[in-house]
Amino acid sequence: MDKVMRMSSEKGVVIFTKSSCCLCYAVQILFRNLRVQPTIHEIDTDPDCREIEKALLRIGCSTAFPAVFIGGKLVGSTSEVMSLHLSGSLVPLIKPYQSLLY
Amino acid sequence: MNTTSTHFVPPRRFEIYETTLNQVSMWEENFKNNGGIYIPNSIIIPTDAKQDSLSDDTSHGTPHKFDQEASTSRHPDKTQRRLAQNREAARKSRLRKKAYVQQLETSRLKLIHLEQELDRARQQGFYEGNRVDTNALGFSVKMSSGIVAFEMEYGHWVEEQNRQISELRTVLQGQVSDVELRLLVDNAMKHYFQLFRMKSAAAKIDVFYIMSGMWKTSAERFFMWIGGFRPSELLKVLLPHFDPLMDQQVLDVCNLRQSCQQAEDAVSQGMEKLQHTLTDSVAAGNLGEGSYIPQITCAMERLEALVSFVDQADHLRHETLQQMHRILTTRQAARGLLALGEYFQRLRALSSSWATRQREPT
Repeated sequence: MDKVMRMSSEKGVVIFTKSSCCLCYAVQILFRNLRVQPTIHEIDTDPDCREIEKALLRIGCSTAFPAVFIGGKLVGSTSEVMSLHLSGSLVPLIKPYQSLLY
Repeated sequence: MNTTSTHFVPPRRFEIYETTLNQVSMWEENFKNNGGIYIPNSIIIPTDAKQDSLSDDTSHGTPHKFDQEASTSRHPDKTQRRLAQNREAARKSRLRKKAYVQQLETSRLKLIHLEQELDRARQQGFYEGNRVDTNALGFSVKMSSGIVAFEMEYGHWVEEQNRQISELRTVLQGQVSDVELRLLVDNAMKHYFQLFRMKSAAAKIDVFYIMSGMWKTSAERFFMWIGGFRPSELLKVLLPHFDPLMDQQVLDVCNLRQSCQQAEDAVSQGMEKLQHTLTDSVAAGNLGEGSYIPQITCAMERLEALVSFVDQADHLRHETLQQMHRILTTRQAARGLLALGEYFQRLRALSSSWATRQREPT
């Protein structure tokens, strides 16, 4: 879906979330602790919410929310992000986007 | 003798024989002497509900002799009144007794039924877990069959776990090939993964049950983090048992500890947010109105997310074990799994020791 493609190919870490989703919040916290400022798209307020959800599932996200993209590429949902991080593979992916400040 | 009054209508089936004033006073004495228990001296004999049976008392063989002529003739009204009162009292007494006996019967049947249920519940599992949950007021709540099944499966799981630990212990004390060790390690890993699958199924049935760790022993429950052990704690406990570690391994383990901690923190914060949103849902609106269906409905929707959190926490546990397996050699992994297994055994032993400790009377 065009909208999803456009939003997901933005630079850096892009996360599609729902405001009521607490696991989405957990993923955001993780990235913030890794000194990354992800771009958050909260889509429960978006009129195309259902379409976006279907599109995310179609392109291979295990759960529509949260859907994490890094550098335009789909990483996955919470479980995938956690697995990547524990295996040490997440940090190399976000290195270009890590802030030097905090 | 004839003391019937024409106004008297006998009760349907039972009749008590009328007596003289003397008899009444005897009963009163009896009543007082027997601590208030009414012991009638008359005999209750089933009769046909016929009016004239009262006059046939001689044929029913009451043993008492009545000396009624004298008193009847002297104070007929008083006698009649007293007799009527006596009959009324006796009737009420019979009704009370009947009600009491019925109550006793009902309670007795209920007791038998409860005992049967208890026996059945005990037989269903050899594991001394909590068969019956209690709600806030301490009333017993029957557990769903899915949870009962989970408890039984968990009992088997612990038995198998203990067997595996013993085997690892024996094998590591002697000479064992890497191939054989690898098999034992793989089995042990699969065994943990099986537990996570069991928990996931149980969480879908009753997430509160999993979150409160009802199937665990008390000490294990104390250290719980979102329905299970804390992954970072696990690493901390096991680390000393892996010596000697190669440099690359030391680096990998350090990185794993850090990322594990970060993942845990993130999920913990998500969990906190869930608790806050739940509180907001439950406390929404006017507390004190007495009706709260919309609040409960909203809270129920939010509660669904708790299942995902339990799954995510177990996923972290799964991945931590998986990464340890990747970083370590087979022999190190075997030692690690033995150490982990015994750690939980010690926690279980601590629970039972604490429960049965002898307190000094204060």
